Amino acid sequence: MHVRTLALRDFRCWERLELTLEPGIAALVGANGQGKTNLLEALGYLATLGSHRVATDAPLVRHGADRAIVRGTVVHDERELSVEVEITPGRANRARVNRSPVPRPREVLGILRSVLFAPEDLALVRGDPGQRRHFLDDLLVTRAPRLAGVRADYDKVLRQRSALLKTARHGGRGGADLSTLDVWDGHLARHGAQLLAARLDLLAALGPHAVACYADVAPESRPVGLHYRSGLGEALPVPAAGEPADSELIEAALLDELARVRDQEVERGACLVGPHRDDVELSLGGMPAKGYASQGESWSFALALRLGSYELLRAEGAEPVLLLDDVFAELDRRRRARLAEVARAAEQVLVTAAVAEDVPDELDGTRFDIDDGQVRRVR
Amino acid sequence: MTVVFEGAVQDLIDELGRLPGVGPKSAQRMAFHLLAADPADVTRLQEALQRVKEGVVFCRVCGTVAEKETCRICADQRRDPTVVCVVEEPKDVLAVERTREFRGRYHVLGGALDPLSGIGPDQLRIRELLNRIGTDEITEVIIATDPNTEGEATATYLVRMLRDFPGLSVTRLASGLPMGGDLEFADELTLGRALSGRRAV
Repeated sequence: MHVRTLALRDFRCWERLELTLEPGIAALVGANGQGKTNLLEALGYLATLGSHRVATDAPLVRHGADRAIVRGTVVHDERELSVEVEITPGRANRARVNRSPVPRPREVLGILRSVLFAPEDLALVRGDPGQRRHFLDDLLVTRAPRLAGVRADYDKVLRQRSALLKTARHGGRGGADLSTLDVWDGHLARHGAQLLAARLDLLAALGPHAVACYADVAPESRPVGLHYRSGLGEALPVPAAGEPADSELIEAALLDELARVRDQEVERGACLVGPHRDDVELSLGGMPAKGYASQGESWSFALALRLGSYELLRAEGAEPVLLLDDVFAELDRRRRARLAEVARAAEQVLVTAAVAEDVPDELDGTRFDIDDGQVRRVR
Repeated sequence: MTVVFEGAVQDLIDELGRLPGVGPKSAQRMAFHLLAADPADVTRLQEALQRVKEGVVFCRVCGTVAEKETCRICADQRRDPTVVCVVEEPKDVLAVERTREFRGRYHVLGGALDPLSGIGPDQLRIRELLNRIGTDEITEVIIATDPNTEGEATATYLVRMLRDFPGLSVTRLASGLPMGGDLEFADELTLGRALSGRRAV
């Protein structure tokens, strides 16, 4: 798929912007602070309804405006769809498909698929487990938009159950009695099992792609591995190779574990079991990548996770748009060449760089110069 | 949103803006409409507001809004006393009434389990429901809480509480596809539920 037009209103620094793109490579070149990354962020937002840089929507709206609009025309299988998202901080987003409003913004998920690689991605390897869960869950939703509902339901149940545990610990005023905890346990286990099963299936599919991509970008390095680490530990029912994870078995295991840690949870006033506490363990030659990997290896690993995601989505028939934010400057020559090779084969790639020299010569597509709030096509 | 009107007009806009579903623009429109309206219309609105706070009581039996001690439905001898439909809010009573399919009576919980807002079973009219079932001739309870996280949790809780009553049948409203809709436009969650709750024909 590719994006044919991108229009912004009051998004970040862009008061108004209309950009026409073509399939193939587009380089966005401009000095820092001119808004290159904001363009990729806007496309990423259309694809995931979230930003790769900030957790809340407020910074996305231009200072002084009360809402931002991102609109894109996406061409997939020769069919064109326009998607529009209106971002109003503190309120629910509104979305339109082909100019008609849709009841829920999450219905636009899947119309545009993208894989974004940015300097922030180093945190996938070095950051806390939350970064990796987020990566996995975003990819889940890109791959199967239905799962956005599962993820949202789980978050809601989790918040309610945590609130119950917290008030119970503070001596139980009115609503805090624990008679309803069993009910929330049941719901947490059900939604949690669906999320966990989906993650296990995703990781099983993503793993081989990521491992191959890493071997490709860093052939001199040791082999990498990806393993799901669940709070259930040994109790997690592991599916046989090639089989999908069984969410009913996982649900039962989660319920058992919840019963086992019940006293601890009440004492600490927090929810101690569930996919919100899990992690993906990244290893390098059998050692944990976090702490053992060098700067270069960490970079390669982060790149392999994103390229692996890209290859996975492509293999499943929905080639995503590749967004590369200011990454070539950070890579050595071989990794640059390897990334450029992937980019050249992709249906559409948007690359940002501070100076034109940072864009590898192989990527000779269209070029836009971004300066002083203007985008000018120069090639 | 830094520009404000003076005194009373801005106060009115602020108050109206606090109402659910009313944004700043609508609040402003309403305020100026009221300013220009016939004094008699405004007085009627004023009286209606006053009456709703002073005159409206909650039905002793089911908990819905009523004019007298028992509401119209609970007082109606023609309604089936053996079936009770449990809903979250008085507005849900209205929604079920509109179907004209249901001839039983209601029980309004006054909300749903919502620990984040400090609402547990004791804040809801669950004890009253259990008392009713213990003393009245109720044989069926239909749970019609909202199909969202809080409503589902409340339904599960009620099922747990009610299963020990001998001879009581407990049902949950089916969830599925809207009538007059297209299958292709149904969201996956609804369609999934409709599939798992399918019935033989």
